[in-house]
Amino acid sequence: MSTAVAAAVRPERALNEALLRYVLRLADTSLVLGQRLGEWVGHAPALEEDLGLGNLALDLIGQARLLLSYAGQIEGRERDEDALAYLRDAQEFFNLALAEQPNGDFGCSIVRQWLIDSWQLEIYTGLQESADSRLAAIAAKALKETRYHYRFSSGWLVRLGDGTAESHARVQRAVDDLWRFTSELFAPDEVDARMASAGIAPPLSSQEARWSARVDEDLRAATLQRPATQPYPWHGKRGVHTEHLGYVLAEMQHLQRTYPGARW
Amino acid sequence: MTDPGKPPLALGWPLFEVFIRSRAGLEHKHVGSVHAADARMAIEHARDVYTRRQEGISIWVVASLDIIASDPEEADALFEPARDKVYRHPTFYVIPDEVKNL
Repeated sequence: MSTAVAAAVRPERALNEALLRYVLRLADTSLVLGQRLGEWVGHAPALEEDLGLGNLALDLIGQARLLLSYAGQIEGRERDEDALAYLRDAQEFFNLALAEQPNGDFGCSIVRQWLIDSWQLEIYTGLQESADSRLAAIAAKALKETRYHYRFSSGWLVRLGDGTAESHARVQRAVDDLWRFTSELFAPDEVDARMASAGIAPPLSSQEARWSARVDEDLRAATLQRPATQPYPWHGKRGVHTEHLGYVLAEMQHLQRTYPGARW
Repeated sequence: MTDPGKPPLALGWPLFEVFIRSRAGLEHKHVGSVHAADARMAIEHARDVYTRRQEGISIWVVASLDIIASDPEEADALFEPARDKVYRHPTFYVIPDEVKNL
């Protein structure tokens, strides 16, 4: 390959790698959160909530499938959605650290859901205008689902926050505990910068204010306090996770790891 | 479903009857009921329980307590008199071939 061609190819390859990483971040956040929600099935406080949480989980896993299939094509190493979901280790997952946090009580799961739903609302809304038509199509489909998820989670946030003294205390504790993971949501890195300059995704900084205003409004309606912003110590989207992700993956992946290629 | 010692039956939430319209132009049909704390939650529960397989495009919910039902004790008085009035069925005239969709 001549040096001129190599120089022309290199930026394209760098963009491709950034796009792969970006798509995996979206996919893994949906996949891990969906897996977490699946843990609720059979344990929710009412039959109707059991089905509701299960529906959310299935939507999220559906998003993950579309995104992982696309990631496999971008990568070009013949890994399909299953290979990417079941055969990667924790440090190769790029989900937000918030998504992997344990379910805790119902209020804690609702707070985690609400924070990610409101984040996905901004992300998917922006991606509808993406220069990448495949991502734009996936975002348009996912956005419809996310609007319902947000309706569900923000509704429960207000019910619990503005409910009994017990429910208020529990959900405030969950907000306080989980807030430190939100600093990652809109903290841009070189991948985000490359997506923004290529017109694939809007700059995260342009979306943070809308997210913040929405979250403030919901917290006010729920009579909850917004905790102070904390520095950015979590790097889930860089593959550096809390200890919880390994346990999530062990449960999710053990069948494929034990019986490679098993189908049913 | 619930832990021992916790309130059974959906946390004491009242019951709502659920009606689903399957397609535009059709009527809402009763499909079942859900427990919910209020009307908004009832719509969400109805959506999550009864429209998972594309059953509908519109949902009505109504508090079960607001439904006024006929008394089963009065069934004879209410419904028996119709039994011997077969002439009320529109089966005593011939439908012309030109009439479709009847």
